[in-house]
Amino acid sequence: MTLSIEGKHKNVKTTYRFTHKHILGIEQLSVADIFHILDTAISFKEISNRPIKKVPTLKGKTIINFFFEPSTRTRLSFEIAAKRMSADTFNIAASTSSATKGETLIDTALNLQAMNPDIIIIRHGSSGAPGLLARHVAASILNAGDGTHEHPSQALLDMMTVREHKGNIEGLKVAIIGDIAHSRVAHSDILGFSKLGAEVRVAGPETFMVPGLDALGAKVCGSVAEAVTDADVVMALRIQKERQDDPLIPSLREYAQFYGINHNLLQKYAHPDVLVMHPGPINRGVEMNPDVADGKGSVILEQVTNGVAVRMALLYLVMGQEGGRG
Amino acid sequence: MATVKMIILQNGRLLDPVTGVDTEGDLWMEDGVIVSPREEIPENSQVFDVRGKWIVPGLIDMHVHLREPGEEYKETIKSGTMAAAAGGFTAVACMPNTTPVNDCASVTQFILETAAREGSARVYPVGAISKGSKGAGLAEYGELKEAGAVAVTDDGLPVFDSQLMRRAMEYAGSHDLLVMSHSEEIALSRNGSMNEGVVSTRLGLRGIPVAAEAIMVYREIALAELTGQRTHIAHVSTAAAAELIAQAKARGVRITAETTPHYFTLTEEAVGDYDTNAKMNPPLRTEADRQAIRKGLQDGTFDAITTDHAPHSVLEKELEFDQAANGIIGLETSLALALALVRDGVIDALRMVELMSSAPARILKVAGGTIASGSVADVTVVDPGKKFVFTKESILSKGKNSPFLDWELQGKAVLTVMGGRITHNELL
Repeated sequence: MTLSIEGKHKNVKTTYRFTHKHILGIEQLSVADIFHILDTAISFKEISNRPIKKVPTLKGKTIINFFFEPSTRTRLSFEIAAKRMSADTFNIAASTSSATKGETLIDTALNLQAMNPDIIIIRHGSSGAPGLLARHVAASILNAGDGTHEHPSQALLDMMTVREHKGNIEGLKVAIIGDIAHSRVAHSDILGFSKLGAEVRVAGPETFMVPGLDALGAKVCGSVAEAVTDADVVMALRIQKERQDDPLIPSLREYAQFYGINHNLLQKYAHPDVLVMHPGPINRGVEMNPDVADGKGSVILEQVTNGVAVRMALLYLVMGQEGGRG
Repeated sequence: MATVKMIILQNGRLLDPVTGVDTEGDLWMEDGVIVSPREEIPENSQVFDVRGKWIVPGLIDMHVHLREPGEEYKETIKSGTMAAAAGGFTAVACMPNTTPVNDCASVTQFILETAAREGSARVYPVGAISKGSKGAGLAEYGELKEAGAVAVTDDGLPVFDSQLMRRAMEYAGSHDLLVMSHSEEIALSRNGSMNEGVVSTRLGLRGIPVAAEAIMVYREIALAELTGQRTHIAHVSTAAAAELIAQAKARGVRITAETTPHYFTLTEEAVGDYDTNAKMNPPLRTEADRQAIRKGLQDGTFDAITTDHAPHSVLEKELEFDQAANGIIGLETSLALALALVRDGVIDALRMVELMSSAPARILKVAGGTIASGSVADVTVVDPGKKFVFTKESILSKGKNSPFLDWELQGKAVLTVMGGRITHNELL
């Protein structure tokens, strides 16, 4: 099933039903699921532009933000999304949780479960941690980033943003530049964009690549120029400033010189209407020059705006408001 | 049982790789020794008709973790040897990574005394290469040997320092102790939790490349060549390491090697959805590696099948995958998985017994490995057709951490006799 961008999810006549209780990754989502989430997000986006930015949809629902890694924007985005749906939200950060007291993740989760939350949004440094939680608690689990595995809400907001600008994702050339190996954003974006029929290219120094990216759906390019050639979308990933145990790049200076996205590169190789994206926060002048980040094709702040809409849609859908779970 | 004079097994298929025997016949045991059958069956004899079953020298697993002393909640010498007996093993060699580390005579003596008192199998302690297995300074091999250790290793960890490994091989040679190598280049494997490849990328897990094993296997070969001492490569998981070992053997290096049922049965795909029961070190590899391991069992690259039996409790396993402990249990599944190789035509029955009994006895220089008259009465009766479902409830080991849970397996030890004492019996 393919839904057009105009299709309001409520009016589409189909037997499709969103049945996911948890959002653990893009891997588990079908093409129909992704379009349904994006359509739902578009219908919710308008709420954020109202003078009173609140609907009663999730009134009485309890949502816990359970973050084991520092995060400002993702946590805030989920919190705003939940509050605009009238849910009650609570934040637990790793520093205030029991994680450092030797309590296991499962124990902590069971304690949270005992307080009967409806949704637990989790960010965790270990890949697969949200799935582990989902096997032990009754609440819906939303993965807000796990290790180097997936960051599904980020990929969905990326797809939503591209879809709004390009109308369709199928056939687009999407270039992702940077530390593919250690990026859950790249991982989810590769899966998502390729599921929707885009040609996903990745590039960066070989130290940023891992085996099996082609199996995920990415074309590994030998150079940034090759990846960017005729690209409709160019996304740069944030470079981790320090990695003590693993010398991946000699310096940020050299990285910027050989792999940074700048105006000249895009003008020379990319499609004239190229969209410039970044999951944030940007190291300006490293993976992306300010002339590009603030340039005409940049949709970086729209990504942030759409993040709230996508997360509202996810909260709404996993609560089974359409009769999935009651 | 103690009053029984004789144990007599009748009409079985006798298999002995040492003598090359593969024939129908009877096996008599008297006072802990295998004896020639006589005209008349004496009174008080315990007689078993084992028609259709195999009579083989008691299986020997030269690589297990019994966890005692120090981690008795995971396994004890008692529970571990009960699991061994149920799996058809009459002897196990236990790794020194206990708490405290078995790096001295007193820990070795403790293990032997406990095993003598509570054990259902012979236990051969393996001492540490370095004091505390900390990778600096040799443990006291002379005293370890005198106390009863059969080998040395820092298993669980590699020996980082090549000079230390060289000296360990040389000094172990002086005391006729085998050096067992846990071959891993830590700089490459650090923080990895499964094989590096398509599956690790899909799951977002840090990978352990094949090179981490191959580099260290090559170092051990080079050092074995330099020192001329016998060296044993533990738990080989990769085609690359198998090839290096085959080449070294071809040019006469004194290298022996073991692999495990999980490496010849499973691949990295078994990790599935972050199943920590498929997490071990070295990790499960690819199908090409699995095939190379099977070929190596066939062509003599590998001398022994071991389990690397590594019991853990849920405390170490019901965790995030990258936080979970490495290791799986294996004593109660090893025989059935090896019998699958026989059914698949990879190896024949005699070769299987060689890999699981005769060769470990020879490498460790311990008793057993043959059912010739006059040998110690360590004997296992195998029913190669017996099917069973390997359930959590059926496990005798304290550890339930197995990737083979709920598998239907075929082939089981139905009688295990250790030194003339029945340690496991399903024949009743």
